[in-house]
Amino acid sequence: MSVIADDATQSMSRRELMTLVGKVAGTAAMYQMMSSLALAANSTFDKRFSLSGAPKGASVLILGAGLAGMVAAYELQKAGYKVQILEYNNRTGGRNWSLYGGDTYTELGGITQHVQFDKGLYLNPGPWRLPYNHQGILHYCQMLGVKLESFNQANYAAYIHSQNAFGGKPQRYRTVKADFEGAVAELLSKSLQQSQLDQAVTKEDREILLQALRNWGALDQNYRYVKGRASSSRRGFDHWPGGGLDGEPTYSEPVALSDILKSGLWGEIAANDGIPEQPTLFQPVGGMGVIGRKFGELLKNVIRLNSKVVEIKQDETGVTATYVDTVKGGPPQTARGDWCVCTIPASILSQIPMNVSPAMQQAIYAIPYGASCKVGLQMKRRFWEEDEDIYGGITYTDQMNAIIAYPNTDYFSKGKGVLLGAYTFGPNASIFTSMTPQERINAAVQMGANIHPQYRTEFETGVAVAWHRVPWTLGCQGTWSEDARATHYKNICQIDGRIVLAGEHVSMIPAWQEGAVTSSIDAITRLHQRITKG
Amino acid sequence: MKHPIRVATGVVCTVAAVAGIVTAANAQRRGGYNFASGKDIYEHVCQGCHMADAKGAQGAGAYPGLASNRKLQTPLYPVLIVLRGQKAMPSFSALSDEQVVEVVNYIRTNFGNSYPNAVTLDQVKGLRARAVQQQAQRPG
Repeated sequence: MSVIADDATQSMSRRELMTLVGKVAGTAAMYQMMSSLALAANSTFDKRFSLSGAPKGASVLILGAGLAGMVAAYELQKAGYKVQILEYNNRTGGRNWSLYGGDTYTELGGITQHVQFDKGLYLNPGPWRLPYNHQGILHYCQMLGVKLESFNQANYAAYIHSQNAFGGKPQRYRTVKADFEGAVAELLSKSLQQSQLDQAVTKEDREILLQALRNWGALDQNYRYVKGRASSSRRGFDHWPGGGLDGEPTYSEPVALSDILKSGLWGEIAANDGIPEQPTLFQPVGGMGVIGRKFGELLKNVIRLNSKVVEIKQDETGVTATYVDTVKGGPPQTARGDWCVCTIPASILSQIPMNVSPAMQQAIYAIPYGASCKVGLQMKRRFWEEDEDIYGGITYTDQMNAIIAYPNTDYFSKGKGVLLGAYTFGPNASIFTSMTPQERINAAVQMGANIHPQYRTEFETGVAVAWHRVPWTLGCQGTWSEDARATHYKNICQIDGRIVLAGEHVSMIPAWQEGAVTSSIDAITRLHQRITKG
Repeated sequence: MKHPIRVATGVVCTVAAVAGIVTAANAQRRGGYNFASGKDIYEHVCQGCHMADAKGAQGAGAYPGLASNRKLQTPLYPVLIVLRGQKAMPSFSALSDEQVVEVVNYIRTNFGNSYPNAVTLDQVKGLRARAVQQQAQRPG
């Protein structure tokens, strides 16, 4: 079977393969194959997902035109339901959002920023990357024709920086990683050779482990991590190998383990090892917001923008949402459906009167929203590429801005570029949120200049989004504590009468678009079952 | 002293901040707030949501104003909210006991509030056991 799968999947879709297997080997074999492929999946999302058979005339009211709301609308409409969406903003996408030159954004407190970026340049204030195993959001990108390009997370040529280590001089990620792993490999080798680990490692494994450590840590023949070809091939050279008479390399001196440990820089190496950080990651060409925009175009006939929901009320036959037009004003209006998928963030929903069970209401109250702030900085030239050989990826710093991320697109272009100059969370994000947008930009520029002095001459204009100042989310994402999850998570997922909730806050993948998509799929699947099977 | 770090994978790691291993700067970035006076704490932490004039804000939802707020009459009410959070408001338990005293007393005596009975350090220490850990989760 595996031979068939390996060859056949090159040229046919999974569905076609199933059909073929079904024809040749019968239905039993097809089901066996289906389940074995499902087991190989890295996601709960099933690409074969589809609902059908809505009762004639049945309607679903959807609150929020973010990804969860639009996935629900699209799939339920396909299944035959009559759908309509109410959306607070004057655009679709919710936190799926990009800011381009010419855009304006007014935060709570009333300050309006006029984005001055050049054409084609943008900041993704919210989500900015799509891990390879987030098959739900990737599926909808494909469905919508959103073109994807690679997102670099780890860039070995980017920096790790600490104000108090190495005189504040940023260190290349590759040298920190090589020196840390090399020194650890050497230490372990010594312990093995001195028989200190005999209780933990058999004699046979010891020899293999020694070889593996030499290989992993770039050790020399004597199991030492020292200046030489092996270590320089990982950490970099003083004079790089090349052609002809100038090609003779000069090896670089590794940093001592003690200095690496005290620097704290090792802390960022593992930051790239989580599954969402592992290659391959993607980003939509032209900005993350392209997904929300295209989804909105597809569903434009069923979306009502500028609609602020002020009350949600269910009765025996349906759900009524009362809303106010945020542009035209006027008296409150109502929208009604037989059922309701509510994707309004819990931060907002906790303030909207809604007659649900106490268990669900308590769950909505139990989700604190995390702080985060992003700052985009336009530079006159792409100095990180031109001067420092950094193409995309991330620099980590222990300054408050936390991150500098380089654009993963338009490499080698002669024009300008927009850096992500700050991406904060936790206490530092609260501090950034308390600043004015201009102060956030100034802070990001000042901190960035400690890593890239070119900032001082190349910075032109910036934009700063602090998520607790975003009028329609009052925070970045649901930050469930383990205790709150144990008590409330199942309750928030239940269908409460005629209402079901969806969004990243109703998922085990908080703060990721995949959480919104998979929560929506799960919610509408159960809702459809309830409607059709009672 | 331990600094809990919440990372994107949802795993809570606890890093022992042993002197000489994790630098002071790292500890600050991952841990608390480096402000002493109530005014400074308010202006660098609280005003992110409650605004510079402490009058709150209104969007799709609202932030309550702290200005002329009668709920602040009860001294321990704001202490508990800072330590535990409330609904969508996260806890600010990364503030030290001293910082909680400073900021609560600042809010209760400014912005049109002038409530007597300043909160004491012992009172905050007494409520510390009820604090909810601040989640510093790196978003996706």
